[in-house]
Amino acid sequence: MKDKKAGLLVGIFMLLGVAAFIYLAMQVSGLAFNDKTQGYTIQARFDDIGGLTDRAKVTIAGVTVGQVESIEYDKEYYMAKVVMTIFSEVDNIPTDSSVAILTSGLIGEKYLGISIGAEEEVLKDGGELYDTQSALVLENLIGQFLMNAGSDS
Amino acid sequence: MGLVKNLFAGVYGFIESLGQSGIFLFQSLFRLPVRWGEAVRLYVRQVYSVGVLSLVIIIVSGAFIGMVLALQGYSILTSYGSESAVGQLLALTLLRELGPVVTGLLFAGRAGSALTAEIGLMKATEQLSSYEMMGIDPLRRVIAPRLLAGITCMPILALIFSAVGIWAGMMVSVHWLGVYEGSFWASMQQSVFFDTDIMNGVIKSFVFAVAVVWIAVYQGYVCQPTSEGIGRATTRTVVMGSLAILGLDFLLTAAMFGDF
Repeated sequence: MKDKKAGLLVGIFMLLGVAAFIYLAMQVSGLAFNDKTQGYTIQARFDDIGGLTDRAKVTIAGVTVGQVESIEYDKEYYMAKVVMTIFSEVDNIPTDSSVAILTSGLIGEKYLGISIGAEEEVLKDGGELYDTQSALVLENLIGQFLMNAGSDS
Repeated sequence: MGLVKNLFAGVYGFIESLGQSGIFLFQSLFRLPVRWGEAVRLYVRQVYSVGVLSLVIIIVSGAFIGMVLALQGYSILTSYGSESAVGQLLALTLLRELGPVVTGLLFAGRAGSALTAEIGLMKATEQLSSYEMMGIDPLRRVIAPRLLAGITCMPILALIFSAVGIWAGMMVSVHWLGVYEGSFWASMQQSVFFDTDIMNGVIKSFVFAVAVVWIAVYQGYVCQPTSEGIGRATTRTVVMGSLAILGLDFLLTAAMFGDF
């Protein structure tokens, strides 16, 4: 009888452990087993990514429509190549759309924002966005400001 | 001259006991079950006393540590206007460090000391030698189930600790301090990676479990079979177990997160 009760409690204990693991995996690390991350990949080249990281979100009109898959240095163009996955239900991004690196809040995380273009043709898997706007780097901004102030006077 | 001699004897004794405890661990792990049903019954009973009975202290301390982290993190982050990053701070701190380490320290105090005292008392009351007289290997019947139960329970406890801590921290920061819930989870999910953060935490707690349980059962097995000897062995389990956890944590952190 005592062994039976102990066995039940041990079973509950193990289930609690599994529940904690699933909670951590799904809710905390955002590991998704559903097909939301499935989609098509497009790429873009930036002069300066300024702290963009893998898994940063990609947004249109502020709504998340994908995430950054990889960031690497493109030796040929001397630029940063960013590959991103777009959810497959968002399949009507015009080819002349532009993409910018934005910051949420003053020191928040970096994310990509796509501004929709006017072209009829839409992006397919492996397509590329050519109109890119780099991250704002504070030092460059201050430099420009000082240059303008100098030329005004 | 005497100092050198003492030092030499100390190093010699340390290496000798390390080797003996290694043989002890090896023997008790690889001479496993007598019969399968019997082994499972012994194992379940040990999981009950090592894991289930440690659950309350783990849940309560996990909740309090999560709440304190949320309060402290909020009070610092709010002065930079980025209090939504409290989710990131909470999850990374708990998963990478505090989950495995604090669980290990509590486990050494709660379960490790009990294991040492129990085995030491078995030795003092000559239960271990009577097993031997009956032709039953005490390593197989007494030590092995305790070792295995401890090693499997600690990672589970560490996972529960982290989950409860994150949940409690969420309650404090979202429902009390008024952090926006969406950005709380978003900043957490953006920065926590399943393989580098959660799995490394599990590996850490597994290593700590092996160290603590090994020290605990070995100290119980070799302690002097007197009331004083059992007391000293119990103290040594807690001290050595805690130091081993903190030292191993530094090594593991350096190996896992040290390359920038």
